[in-house]
Amino acid sequence: MVSFTLNGQQKEFDGDPDTPLLWVIRDAEKLTGTKYGCGVAQCGACTVHLDGMPRRSCVTPISMVDGSEVITVEGVSGKEADAVKTAWAGLDVPQCGYCQSGQVMSAVALLQMVPKPTDADIDGAMAGNICRCATYHRIRAAIHNAANSMEG
Amino acid sequence: MKLKLAFTGLAAICLFVGAGMALSPASIAQNAQGGTKPDGKTLKPAASFQSITNQQQRSVALFQEAGKVIQHPRCVNCHPATDRPLQGATMHPHQPPVFRGDGGMGMPGMQCTTCHSPQNTPVVGQADTIKSIPGNPAWHLAPIEMAWVGKSLGQICQQIKDPARNGGKSMDQIVEHMAHDELVGWGWDPGAGREPVPGTQAEFGELIKAWVDTGAACPAS
Ligand code: FES
Ligand code: FES
Repeated sequence: MVSFTLNGQQKEFDGDPDTPLLWVIRDAEKLTGTKYGCGVAQCGACTVHLDGMPRRSCVTPISMVDGSEVITVEGVSGKEADAVKTAWAGLDVPQCGYCQSGQVMSAVALLQMVPKPTDADIDGAMAGNICRCATYHRIRAAIHNAANSMEG
Repeated sequence: MKLKLAFTGLAAICLFVGAGMALSPASIAQNAQGGTKPDGKTLKPAASFQSITNQQQRSVALFQEAGKVIQHPRCVNCHPATDRPLQGATMHPHQPPVFRGDGGMGMPGMQCTTCHSPQNTPVVGQADTIKSIPGNPAWHLAPIEMAWVGKSLGQICQQIKDPARNGGKSMDQIVEHMAHDELVGWGWDPGAGREPVPGTQAEFGELIKAWVDTGAACPAS
């Protein structure tokens, strides 16, 4: 039996311990904001926060999550999350939207660690989140806007 | 406004297509070791080098045998000469694009642990080339002064002996590191879809010990 918190709520899972966290989030807990893109840690669509750090849930066996705190796009909160949400809406960042919950989770994690990221910081943190609609220019601008909005 | 992220995404696709066509450096390394076991999966035992009576020549031969491990992509890929690791038997730049960061642990927001676990993890997605995500509790890049990419075995040998470029290790500590370090040991247990380095870590450690005991002579090139 694996115990963990999901967006602050206590959860348990007693299926196959190799089940990916992404399956548990989407199929068992019915939180479908987190997306399946590749299943091999190549696209970033499945990014969640595991104990405060970004993590690809498709390559995270649920056994690894025992005792941990998982935050998905549905539950992410705090000033960085608020700033990202406002900046994303302000620039209409998404196109089809499929990659965007992963983008948002990576962007929030970056801003939590680096409050005023440079373009190089953004490249370093976001290069693993692929967007086939190529919204990269808006993602970059929105991260800068979010950082600026948190100043002072 | 830069579009670098978009370009790295396209590069990823190109690299995936290209990866299957490149000649494996591993096969080149094995061919260069003519006269030893042909399969590239085993190491000659340290004791078998006793027949070389000249101690310096014996020492060089021992290191050349250990070089089958040291120069294997499993080891070299995370001793890059830039801030980006390599990946796979073809030694292509790591996908997704990741960079060294503090302590070789990755960049803020994209550390090694974003994808790599304390153990190798089989994947659920269908991919011809990715059967598992490699993992180890100590997963990180070797420091830049320990860069091996682009170096000859002789150059790597000199580097391993140089405390300024080996993490300040004595030769005894080098033997210990090669024979017992857990992340070094990952090379023999690299997870599904990845060729392990030849032999066993114990055999490798004995080769390194015998090389040190015979004066730690380096190949000329
Ligand atoms: S679905 Fe996890 S990285 Fe693509
Ligand atoms: S918005 Fe369509 S994949 Fe990113």
